[in-house]
Amino acid sequence: MSATESPATPTSQGAATAAANEPGSLRLALTLGFAGLLSGLILVLVYQFTLPIIEANRALALKRAVLQVVPGAVSMQKLGGDGATLAPIGEDEKATVFAAFDDQGAFKGFAITGEGAGFQDTIQLIYGFDPAKKQVVGLRVLESRETPGLGDKIIKDQGFVGQFDDLAVEPTPVVVKAGEGGGAHQVDAITGATISSKAVVKIMNTAHGAWAGKLPPAAALKAPGGAP
Amino acid sequence: MDSNLLWIFVSAALVNNFTLSMFLGLCPFFGVSARLDTAFRLGLANIFVLIITSLAASALNAWVLPYAPYLRLISFILVIASTVQFVEMVIKRFSPALFKALGIFLPLITTNCAILGLALFQTSREYGVIEGVAFAAGAGVGLTLALVLMAGLREEAELSTIPGIVRGTAMNLIIAGLLSLGFMGFAGLFGQAA
Amino acid sequence: MSAGPDMKALDELLKGLWDENPVFVQVLGMCPVLAVTNSAVNALAMGGATFFVLMASSLLVSMVRKWVPKAVRISTFIVIIATFVTVADMLLAAWVPDVHKELGAFISLIVVNCLILGRQEAFASRNPIKPALMDAAGMGLGFTFALFLLGASREVLGNGTFFGIDLFGPQFEPWVVMILPPGGFLMLGMILLFFNWMQAKKQARRAAAEGVA
Repeated sequence: MSATESPATPTSQGAATAAANEPGSLRLALTLGFAGLLSGLILVLVYQFTLPIIEANRALALKRAVLQVVPGAVSMQKLGGDGATLAPIGEDEKATVFAAFDDQGAFKGFAITGEGAGFQDTIQLIYGFDPAKKQVVGLRVLESRETPGLGDKIIKDQGFVGQFDDLAVEPTPVVVKAGEGGGAHQVDAITGATISSKAVVKIMNTAHGAWAGKLPPAAALKAPGGAP
Repeated sequence: MDSNLLWIFVSAALVNNFTLSMFLGLCPFFGVSARLDTAFRLGLANIFVLIITSLAASALNAWVLPYAPYLRLISFILVIASTVQFVEMVIKRFSPALFKALGIFLPLITTNCAILGLALFQTSREYGVIEGVAFAAGAGVGLTLALVLMAGLREEAELSTIPGIVRGTAMNLIIAGLLSLGFMGFAGLFGQAA
Repeated sequence: MSAGPDMKALDELLKGLWDENPVFVQVLGMCPVLAVTNSAVNALAMGGATFFVLMASSLLVSMVRKWVPKAVRISTFIVIIATFVTVADMLLAAWVPDVHKELGAFISLIVVNCLILGRQEAFASRNPIKPALMDAAGMGLGFTFALFLLGASREVLGNGTFFGIDLFGPQFEPWVVMILPPGGFLMLGMILLFFNWMQAKKQARRAAAEGVA
């Protein structure tokens, strides 16, 4: 590690400033205090300026994901609460289950997020569920660090992702070798990425097991803002 | 819950090894890996600081940062710097022998990006206190493992005939690349079991 | 460095780009260099953020250099750097959320990039504003250039794309390992080899010229 010093450093000036500074501890504290004050001021200003933009971005990304996994949906409502059945919660709260509605305000399905261990690291995903059809109607991986070229096909391979557009949840979905399945609850694994494929289905099943019993009946749900 | 802790530990130590797959703590990895015994000692010191930093970061995340998220980076840096100072003083007080052995390496730890990286990743993954400690221990074991492996290989390479332009950082990088390739083999360790 | 003042300013700028390139020659700030260079876009974003932090910190450090006592020098510099890194982090999150998500915690890790603290300590705290800014610009550009070179070559080899544009068509089998962590080490190792080889050739030529004279 050779940290090459600049040859152009004027040493005479450095010596002059050092001589001028015979620092007492009050001065040291003052300098640090001033630096802290200045930095706090800058940070608060930039924070105030960027916060609304960042929050809008985040809300938009989440909404986009929810609407993508529930076909036909244009608006959503966060669900949560401690009760035996989930209830609508405020826009600002954190949620893992969402109800999605079409442009007429009619209920289209639930979107549920889940996460768990993949091949490399944690995978986060969101899937859409239509309780009337008892089907998964769409799935998207939100975050993963799976191997590029193989494991990341769980995001990019349309043949794999497309299977979640109409996947029966009873009996519990299983992964089979490519071309050997065909059942309504069977998912063909990606060749060369069996473990990632299995991880996706397992995370989805675990999330579904946790939330399916708590989903409120469709009749109890209203689109946010009261659609016409 | 227990399997989750184990997964966090193994993931940080092997599958996503801090040094070889997340590129954290590269400065000591290349700087202090010339001799095996110093590399091992530095690894141990790192484990210690990592665990204390993890606890401190959990405390900050719980009590301070909800009110002032923009102070996260500055407060982490200050906490790490003071942790290292504190550890230095404690070791000096209670075990002068260990202090002598670790002496010069302790201040170096402050500028190790693995420590700040740990605090940041722990925050962004929303780990709790116990999960954070498991993460820190895994990261520390991973760092030590990488340091020791690298030092062993470099001691061997010292004795071999190697062209002049390859010697030095270029060779170390290529060795690290091969090690990193080897560590990729740990991927799927947990996916398989599932 | 003996030419007129303009020449000198230019020298400050150029030395960072090539002769004292922070990555290829000084081998500083390796964590971000290797971690985020799996695509050209990420490399440029990281380079840009580092450039901004380096310029802003150098400006401020050079401005206050006469009032900061030696004993608290480093602490003050770190507070200044951490402030600007946080600013960069928030701005990126607001303007380019996708890139910000890709880079994640590595933006915050700019704080411990030894390049930045090193320049404050070695140059900005001892020089007036103009040369300090030139030095920061040179080092920042040199860092960005190195990141870009690494990111672009890894993306082209490992993914067959450049800025996401397909280069070779479907029959190209990407060299996937290049965008994986080992590829980072290997590619930088190879680039350093090339630099060493050029340096060795230059020295040999100089020795030969002196021999003739």
